[in-house]
Amino acid sequence: VAHTGRTVGRLGEGDWDGKVSEIKKKIKSILPGTPCDVLPDTSHLPPEHSDVVIVGGGVLGLSVAYWLKQLENRRGGMRVLVVERDHTYSQASTGLSVGGICQQFSLPENIQLSLFSASFLRNINEYLAVTNAPPLDLQFNPSGYLLLASEKDAAAMESNVKVQKQEGAKVCLMSPDQLRNKFPWINTEGVALASYGMENEGWFDPWCLLHGLRQKLTSMGVFFCQGEVTRFVTSSQRMMTTDDEMVTLKSIHEVHVKMDHSLEYQPVECAIVINAAGAWSAQIAALAGIGKGPPGTLQGTKLPVEPRKRYVYVWHCPQGPGLETPLVADTSGAYFRREGLGSNYLGGRSPAEEEEPDPANLEVDHDFFQEKVWPHLALRVPAFETLKVQTAWAGYYDYNTFDQNGVVGPHPLVVNMYFATGFSGHGLQQAPGVGRAVAEMILEGSFQTIDLSPFLFNRFYLGEKTHENNIM
Amino acid sequence: MAAPWVSLRLVAPMWNGTRGIHRLGGAVVPEGNQKKERKMLQFLNNHFYDVEALRGYLLQREMSKVHLKNRSFTWLEEQHGPYSAGAFFILKQGGAVKFRDKEWIRPDKYGHFSPEFWNFREVPVEAVDASDCEINYEGLDNLLLLKELQSLSLQRCPHVDDWCLSRLYPLVDSLQELSLAGCPRVSERGLACLHHLQNLRRLDISDLPAVSNPGLTQILVEEMLPNCQVVGVDWAEGLKLGPEEQPQDTASPVPA
Repeated sequence: VAHTGRTVGRLGEGDWDGKVSEIKKKIKSILPGTPCDVLPDTSHLPPEHSDVVIVGGGVLGLSVAYWLKQLENRRGGMRVLVVERDHTYSQASTGLSVGGICQQFSLPENIQLSLFSASFLRNINEYLAVTNAPPLDLQFNPSGYLLLASEKDAAAMESNVKVQKQEGAKVCLMSPDQLRNKFPWINTEGVALASYGMENEGWFDPWCLLHGLRQKLTSMGVFFCQGEVTRFVTSSQRMMTTDDEMVTLKSIHEVHVKMDHSLEYQPVECAIVINAAGAWSAQIAALAGIGKGPPGTLQGTKLPVEPRKRYVYVWHCPQGPGLETPLVADTSGAYFRREGLGSNYLGGRSPAEEEEPDPANLEVDHDFFQEKVWPHLALRVPAFETLKVQTAWAGYYDYNTFDQNGVVGPHPLVVNMYFATGFSGHGLQQAPGVGRAVAEMILEGSFQTIDLSPFLFNRFYLGEKTHENNIM
Repeated sequence: MAAPWVSLRLVAPMWNGTRGIHRLGGAVVPEGNQKKERKMLQFLNNHFYDVEALRGYLLQREMSKVHLKNRSFTWLEEQHGPYSAGAFFILKQGGAVKFRDKEWIRPDKYGHFSPEFWNFREVPVEAVDASDCEINYEGLDNLLLLKELQSLSLQRCPHVDDWCLSRLYPLVDSLQELSLAGCPRVSERGLACLHHLQNLRRLDISDLPAVSNPGLTQILVEEMLPNCQVVGVDWAEGLKLGPEEQPQDTASPVPA
């Protein structure tokens, strides 16, 4: 009933509707108001300030983040932001990796890194323990690596094995007779010597490691952001060296992170930047001005890391080698290992310098297997003459064109950019050790446990190669 | 297939060790009340920092207890010889030891054992029964002191995993009998490294929950160790589906 009421002032009469609306207004003014949608949603953007920005969310970047949080002096003392361009990791080297770990290197530093990584993976449920989460199963196959050497490489292999045994790796040398005895499916023609890793070597599932690291980092309070780093804002300082030369030291104080499919970007104020961008590290370094200068000078020394495409093929061979098969690396550079229980194998081969495939995309070249990989495999393992390729994929190596070893540590001119990249195919197996080394460099100022001074950036300018003989 | 190998009867009769399997995270499937408790605990963990910190601390404590049990006893080797040092480690863990030509020595329910073995400097240990013991990778340092071990039983050890199996190769000359029955963390990947043990005559791989395909694994292990009698699952187990079960199998969606 809608009658216009006039307030008369007498109880029980008059303006009932008006009174109700007045009471409603009073109640509304007391209770909290409606949600205010004035501010836009910025949950996808990174924070505006961060102590450390890690460019690249692969296993190396996450490992550095983990050790930074693990070794910081005060809990919650550092804010770490990991920026990853592709959250599906579709082109990241970590996921596409064969997942092997071995200690059979020629440099003592590489051996020590690999040994530490093996103990990290062995105790992964203590390092990456998160309450409420189930324990990680890395699917580690401790079957070892078997490297074969021809006559001309035998002496180098012997001296390498001596160094490896000195550092504590459990490797043994085998003659062709012993090889035939232990692995009757091998054809030892052309093999003069073999080295076999007995412990701490094998292969595992890299996705599990990535997932475990991400889980642990989220629980430790590390920020993750999906975006691309497009600009570094630096401030410079001119200083005199002891030889009375002028040198310009740069320091990055802001990182611009651009969101996917939009022009929106967020400037992140930061103190330290870590370049763990893998195959694309050179672009990130160029953004910071590394390499912009006359060639031959320190300013003009670029970061010599470029993407190289490598193929991995999976085939089925019912008469192939049995359960005890290690990862066999042939004299020709071809390698293979078992995959699962069902007579499947996977392997590949590094192409020679002149036949390097175009790294613009990750398309697989099946002719490469037919012409360059299969003949060598069939020669070494006669059972592989009848095999059927099931599938194949391609991935990038962050290939260091200078000496095929990693770049670790700060840049001499851009003082707060640290590198953790360029491992040319063994980044995954050295990630825990490298992460710890970079974290020690940042927090303590020098390498504490494993001395990675041969891997600093300076060697590119000084021309000192720390060459590694055994890469696949 | 080799002729059936008669066991040396070096494995001691079963002792009821109910120390229970260490639950460091969901290896055992809880049922009924335990499930509700677990859900409650998870809920509290997700909502309160204190509960999370307390659980984290308790987990760390459990792990350091295991580390303490597996500390190194190799310093005893100079004084008492490797066999006594290794035997001491096993006895402290709760396992049993048999020296050559002597009887089994095992601790009683209070963990006490007779100290007579300290005198056996030169007598090698023939058999070790480490069932239900908390031996892990580091503890194997002590076990590998026993160079002439012939029979090793690691049944139901909760911390023996694939990494540990890759360490057993130094016992290649002497080890003839190995039992891994009931170990929750051993999978077919660890069994692959047993091919070094060429003198093995009897291998027990029954009841391994982490092995994905027990029948196929048994066949592959038998091919790998031709002179060894492998006791495990009946290899035809996976093939025993009767005709009434076939249609159900084809109807269930194949995981991509």
